[in-house]
Amino acid sequence: MTNSIQEIKGTDAMFIIGSNTSENHPVIGAIMKQAKKAGAKMIVADPRRIEMAEYADVFLQLKPGTNIALLNGLMHVIIEKGLQADSYIDEKTENYEELKRLVKDYTPERVAEICGVDAQDIIDAATIYGEAGKAGIYYTMGITQHTTGTHAVMSISNLALLCGNVGIESAGVNPLRGQNNVQGACDMGGLPADLPGYQKVFKPEVLDKFQDSWGSKLSNKVGLTITEMFKAIEEDQVKFLYIMGENPMVSDPDTNHVRKILDHVDFMVVQDIFLTETAEMADVVLPAAAFAEKDGTFTNTERRIQRVRKAVEAPGEAKADWIILMDIMNRMGDETRYLNPAIIMEEIASLTPSYGGVTYKRLETESLQWPVPDQNHPGTKFLHKTAMARGRGLFMPVEHVESAEITSDEYPLILTTGRILYHYHTMTMTGREDGLNKLAPSSYVEINEASANKLGIENGDRVKIYSRRGELETTALVTDIIEEGVVFMPFHYTEGKANILTNSAIDEIAKIPELKVAAVRVEKA
Amino acid sequence: MNTVKLTINGKQYEIEKGTFVLKACSDIGIDIPTMCHDERLVPSGSCRLCQVEVEGWGKLHTACTTQVKEGMVIHTHSEKVVKARQDLLDMLISNHPLDCLTCESAGACKLQDLCYEYGITEGTYRWEMSKPYYDDTNPFYTFDASKCILCGLCVRVCDELQGTNAIGFENRGFETLVATPFGEGLENSTCVSCGNCVSVCPVGALEPRSKMKFRQWEIETTRTTCSYCGVGCQMDLKTKNNRVVGVEPAFDAHNEGLLCVKGKFSYNFLSHPDRLTMPLVRKDGVLVETTWDEAYNVITSKMKQTKEDFGSDSFAGLTSARCTNEDNYMFQKMFRSTLGTNNVDHCARL
Ligand code: SF4
Ligand code: SF4
Ligand code: SF4
Ligand code: FES
Repeated sequence: MTNSIQEIKGTDAMFIIGSNTSENHPVIGAIMKQAKKAGAKMIVADPRRIEMAEYADVFLQLKPGTNIALLNGLMHVIIEKGLQADSYIDEKTENYEELKRLVKDYTPERVAEICGVDAQDIIDAATIYGEAGKAGIYYTMGITQHTTGTHAVMSISNLALLCGNVGIESAGVNPLRGQNNVQGACDMGGLPADLPGYQKVFKPEVLDKFQDSWGSKLSNKVGLTITEMFKAIEEDQVKFLYIMGENPMVSDPDTNHVRKILDHVDFMVVQDIFLTETAEMADVVLPAAAFAEKDGTFTNTERRIQRVRKAVEAPGEAKADWIILMDIMNRMGDETRYLNPAIIMEEIASLTPSYGGVTYKRLETESLQWPVPDQNHPGTKFLHKTAMARGRGLFMPVEHVESAEITSDEYPLILTTGRILYHYHTMTMTGREDGLNKLAPSSYVEINEASANKLGIENGDRVKIYSRRGELETTALVTDIIEEGVVFMPFHYTEGKANILTNSAIDEIAKIPELKVAAVRVEKA
Repeated sequence: MNTVKLTINGKQYEIEKGTFVLKACSDIGIDIPTMCHDERLVPSGSCRLCQVEVEGWGKLHTACTTQVKEGMVIHTHSEKVVKARQDLLDMLISNHPLDCLTCESAGACKLQDLCYEYGITEGTYRWEMSKPYYDDTNPFYTFDASKCILCGLCVRVCDELQGTNAIGFENRGFETLVATPFGEGLENSTCVSCGNCVSVCPVGALEPRSKMKFRQWEIETTRTTCSYCGVGCQMDLKTKNNRVVGVEPAFDAHNEGLLCVKGKFSYNFLSHPDRLTMPLVRKDGVLVETTWDEAYNVITSKMKQTKEDFGSDSFAGLTSARCTNEDNYMFQKMFRSTLGTNNVDHCARL
């Protein structure tokens, strides 16, 4: 997030797109509802009539895969009505004319057609966003899990720049990160081209700094992304796979394909708290301590670095992940011993400019949002304040293109996937909570009444779903929160696992698979 | 002038205009009892326990709804005030089952604490107890109407902060009850089991279910960060005998005392029998338990062999959006420094 969670309370308008906030980020959802009560306007765009839609001033129930068209349409209306922030655009941005030229063709009527929404609603939404003094955009996987995900993110940033919403309080461009420490995993260099703090592996000065500190020779060759790793395993380039705390057998698209790959790899180590579907396929499984059993830090979606503290002992011989990794490194000849995570953080701070001022001592009394360049820096509530003051916002106009997979006679429906309130990711934790299983016991597919009628399906019927990659059986939930032609499945469950059906076609830039759009056929089982 | 001068318990103070008397007193270290007050909510003035005496203002005034005024002379613990509070507590306790021996909230109950502070040993009002009504349809918490003191905090939190509006007051007056619309039970209401009402209930009327019995004074608390979603709510884990038995939200953090169903109630996976407790290695096709030493040996000899035979880029690692920053740092350091490859990614593109 460019801005902070608490800033939502001070906003004039919220634009929630591709985020089922009240289920996936419930406390942010609650704070958005507080802001709405206090008088802020709300626009929601989603293929399903999610709970947030009930609070919205304008709800746009768009077809999956048409985000960019909608965003371009909104910008078209804003420029048409003269609601853009002219002086901000003049002083602080580049490439505006190009954007103006591109969105000219995205008339509300044309966009309404592409997205399957009402033209007037597009005009109303654009007016709300354009007229608001401070407006924030909030999005999640509904934007990114498309082959055009990166372009959609650019499009969002175009909209924010157009109305001067970058670099000011209570506004901004705010991706809500799904898993608790995605932000931290990326910050710490869990990326093939990035050392901690997004310092590029191919920059000699960066490499020198890390080589000096670590006392080892580092590679300057950009590594493989997860999708490329899987391909390299198939091609026998990668022989040894080490997975810490992830369960790609359930979370990744095209499960049958993932199984083949994990079967194929020469040697696999999995480190986790449970024997997950992925761990079951490993050669060595290492028992890890859970969050309540170790010390450390997580970085939340608003870049806030917060302490995790040990409250109980890990069961049996399970150990904290960092200890396991240190043990292995020691046995491989790197003698560095860290007494505790506070000392690891000292090393992180010394090598990572944005974490430069972070210490466990400070975290006892303060909570810090990066960048925190030094000991005396208070942290950063919202980003781009100074950058925008110097004028650096670049418009990157993008055209709408169709999703990688489109419907056909054989696969006439669009399947979109997501999370639900009562479960988390691959359910290794929540699936072991009786109460949650009572509230959300098993996999289902949401299907519109008209679609169901045509197929002779009634609420509660067992149905079979086929895609070009696989098939599964699940239960039909006939509902009016979803429109004709679209069906929705939560991806958490192992039985009736949605990712058997999903498409692993990826966005060429961010390498994110298109989990939000797959063509399927539904039949009564 | 943005401040007013006033006298509280015989001392002069200068306080910012618009401040409520309750806040002014707590800022200068005077403790006024409250039952329905919550800084995050619009003051309701319903429990009346916070009432104070203001010279020349006639009857007592509730400190949580009264703003400071120039020249006010306030007494927070005068005889009249204390007597009024005792009377209110007497009324509350007369209508409350004295179940403290078995009540899970004993030790963390405001009614108990205040009766102790104000020397109330029993209720002297004799009237019929409120009708028993017990709702145990929610899998995570229970509601016992006989213990409810009608402070309204739960209803206001669900409405003003959580924005769900699943509960409200029914049958206003003597028979008032906190209930779900149409009295259909929490299970059939719009309740999303966030537990934010449970966290604010000052007595034992709303209680979390716990798999383990414990007394409030037996537990230790540890401040930590929720491990589910990226909101990163701050919370206190309540533990007894090396087991997490409950979770309370942090009020002094960005989540401002709120949690969701996962953060508040889904902690039993920690002590689930399925947890991995020993390293496993595959022998003759099956995973069998082993020692750390053997597991490490298998891994490192394979690492050395692979590096020798196929080079550094034949390793690939998936780091975790679930693990700490320090775990992630160590993981990529192992790959980059020890194994010599940048083949590190995570699954969080998903
Ligand atoms: S658990 Fe949450 S939603 Fe349910 S009644 Fe309480 S505050 Fe409302
Ligand atoms: S249930 Fe608890 S919080 Fe709600 S009104 Fe009764 S005493 Fe107050
Ligand atoms: S309590 Fe809920 S909203 Fe808060 S971090 Fe945990 S999962 Fe997210
Ligand atoms: S706290 Fe003031 S009336 Fe209840």
